Amino acid sequence: MRYRLCGILAATLALSVAGAASAKTLVYCSEGSPEGFDPAPYTAGTTFDASSKPIYNRLVEFERGTTNVIPGLAESWTVSPDGKEYTFKLRPGVKFHKTGFFTPTRDFNADDVLFSFNRQLKKDDPWHEYTAGIAYEYFDGMSMPELIKDIVKVDDMTVKFVLTRPEAPMLADLAMDFASILSKEYADQLAAAGHKEKLNQEPVGTGPFQFVAYQKDAVIRYKANPDYWEGKQAIDNLVFAITTDAAVRQQKLLAGECQVMPYPNPADVPALEANANIQLMEQEGLNVGYLAYNTKMPPFDKVEVRKALNMAINKKAILDAVFQGAGRAAINPIPPTMWSYDKAIKDDPYDPAAAKKMLADAGVKDLKMKIWAMPVQRPYNPNARRMAELIQADFAKVGVEAEIVSYEWGEYLKLSKAEDRDGAVLLGWTGDNGDPDNFLAVLLGCDAVGGANRAQWCNKEFDDLIQKAKVTSDKAERTKLYEQAQVVFKREAPWATIAHSVVFMPMSKKVQGYKMDPLGSHRFDGVSLAD
Amino acid sequence: MFGFLLRRVAFLAPTFVGITVVAFGFIRILPGDPVLLMAGERGLTPERHAELLHQLGFDRPIWQQYLTYLGNLLQGDLGTSIITKNPVLGEFLTLFPATVELSLCAIFLAVALGVPAGVIAAVRRGSLLEQAMMGTALVGYSMPIFWWGLLLIILFSGILHWTPVSGRISLIYFFEPVTGFMLIDALLSGQEGAFGSALSHLILPSIVLATIPLAVIARQTRSAMLEVLGEDYIRTARAKGLSPLRVIGLHALRNALIPVITTIGLQVGVLLAGAILTETIFSWPGVGKWMVDSIFRRDYPAVQGGLLLIAGVVMVVNLVVDLLYGLINPRIRHQ
Repeated sequence: MRYRLCGILAATLALSVAGAASAKTLVYCSEGSPEGFDPAPYTAGTTFDASSKPIYNRLVEFERGTTNVIPGLAESWTVSPDGKEYTFKLRPGVKFHKTGFFTPTRDFNADDVLFSFNRQLKKDDPWHEYTAGIAYEYFDGMSMPELIKDIVKVDDMTVKFVLTRPEAPMLADLAMDFASILSKEYADQLAAAGHKEKLNQEPVGTGPFQFVAYQKDAVIRYKANPDYWEGKQAIDNLVFAITTDAAVRQQKLLAGECQVMPYPNPADVPALEANANIQLMEQEGLNVGYLAYNTKMPPFDKVEVRKALNMAINKKAILDAVFQGAGRAAINPIPPTMWSYDKAIKDDPYDPAAAKKMLADAGVKDLKMKIWAMPVQRPYNPNARRMAELIQADFAKVGVEAEIVSYEWGEYLKLSKAEDRDGAVLLGWTGDNGDPDNFLAVLLGCDAVGGANRAQWCNKEFDDLIQKAKVTSDKAERTKLYEQAQVVFKREAPWATIAHSVVFMPMSKKVQGYKMDPLGSHRFDGVSLAD
Repeated sequence: MFGFLLRRVAFLAPTFVGITVVAFGFIRILPGDPVLLMAGERGLTPERHAELLHQLGFDRPIWQQYLTYLGNLLQGDLGTSIITKNPVLGEFLTLFPATVELSLCAIFLAVALGVPAGVIAAVRRGSLLEQAMMGTALVGYSMPIFWWGLLLIILFSGILHWTPVSGRISLIYFFEPVTGFMLIDALLSGQEGAFGSALSHLILPSIVLATIPLAVIARQTRSAMLEVLGEDYIRTARAKGLSPLRVIGLHALRNALIPVITTIGLQVGVLLAGAILTETIFSWPGVGKWMVDSIFRRDYPAVQGGLLLIAGVVMVVNLVVDLLYGLINPRIRHQ
């Protein structure tokens, strides 16, 4: 087995872990292996937890425990009046990690920012395809290639992003994992040595922890960055013990083999809650699970039909049976923890009799339809098959005969996009950057019809509101626009909004200062361990 | 004997070509492609989808892809994982020692307990002991591995605290691997307590992985022994006045072992299949878990390479078993 490591650090860590009683090591039972350590080519949270969160920083960061954007490697920034130019003043004196495989000779500067973005933006950049078949899914998915016109180095400590159009969520986008800042000096060293692929294996960043070693599928070791610009972390060593099975993670936590675990089985949550040595944190996930009708196909092109079906669904039964209590009924298409969530909106009542009457009034008789059930488990839908069965039974009560269909996941995602799709699709979304645009425009915008807009719903009133909000920089004004958009959504009912999941995080009571991330990541900066 | 060996090896070549076809075709039969799965709910435009498939070379006709794969294979290139971007052979070799270590321990346990259990059951035929042993073997054979593993973890790690829950060695030990076999590396590291820790981490996964082969070997040994014990030469040996231990150990067991060795050889395939579940439960970083992950992600090169290498290992083990068979039974090698 080959550790990717450096001899000196290895010896240091071994000594510090085994020998020094004062060294504090936090072990996190992570749920899977990272795909790599360069965050840009990947989209999985498991990969980000192991790469961008501990090892890297971004120009701006999400404040721990919130989706507020705060200064990171940029100390400050200004936005031009037309909203098309973002100028960042970089933080001086920030040091890249000194490891066994790299010793920085200079501090972080504008060259690192240009390197980190241009390799994703420019197809002719020497680092664009540094390993075969690499693609920058998130960068592309957030429309950065169309959005960013140019990135200019104003001076060593100033960088300007020039956009093709005003884009209010831009700052939140820059706090995302794909925007992590890598060292250009390290990349040059790797290129000179003919080992570009190591950028994805032996990472160097400016983050709170630095990489020590990765034993594939088993253990990742980090140590606190002694030169971190926010000060050294309270824990000396951070270890990810990769444990894919939730029941085994729980046993490891109870046996003291790790101090924090993500994603417990919902059925085990009460036992964990009752354990005197465990503290159980919980938070509503930034996600939504929904049933999207095909609003282009009759009779689902009629609002009354969609409304009637929404009223036929017993969400409480779904929350009990599918989420086992770890969920909240969804009213709006965005979760309640997100800014601009409209609390005034009331959910459609569960009323099968009224629903039946509405269907009859709409002239719908003996309706037969399909319900698509996802073949995979997701936080926003832990058991789509079961959910589909419950909805099927609910629909039967109002005289609608539903057939449940399912496909392999890749096929499901592809086929469900078709504009002439037959049936209503169970799906969901987990937020990327805490901005309402990331839900409303991505999932319900006119541009997304035939793509992520599974309801194939294009409503001019709604679309005008969200497009206006996208180019408005004033948050209060954007909030108003998004609230109005939610009213339109509820009135038009392109989806049956089903649930937002609740995420649990059990940990040893010795762990202090941990904050759950509304975006679903797992961060250990600012965390300490009691003796 | 040499001719026998040559014949066996000659059989391997067409089998190997067959396996390349299966390994290549198997993962492609599954619907969905890696690009779609990578994008997930986020989705891709059809143009971007086509572009990415082109980048990975998956848009070419299947036969062209196969020929390229075969050409690279002949040069010893198994390709690069489309997820981790690492060479497939490198990943396999990194993980394989963990699977071998676990499988060897399991097969050792299965043989060391299974053969004596089968012999005792045959010798004490009809006794309560035999019934208890064969009943246990039947339960072992039918045991759902995942459930059995969790049960052992909860009892021995959770309640009794006798064994660690999962992993290969306690996290306090950290040394550069030399062989990839944790027991050996722990010894080589010279760190106090490392070997004991590695050994204690092997106990539960070995028991779980050994359970089914143990049951199979015990049942096979028993039936083979029963057959042999009824033979004339056993009666002759007994009539000569040989001690029962000599009759059973030397005359009966040696002959009964022939089908048992075949069974043990076949168990290697069963072990590698069982390793997939065992490795998942015990967070054991071996090739079983790696294959499952690769299949779910439609990592074509990793699945192809992994299947080929695992099939290669099973083929070599079967060859060794065949040779052993020849050694034990002279009639076979003279055929």
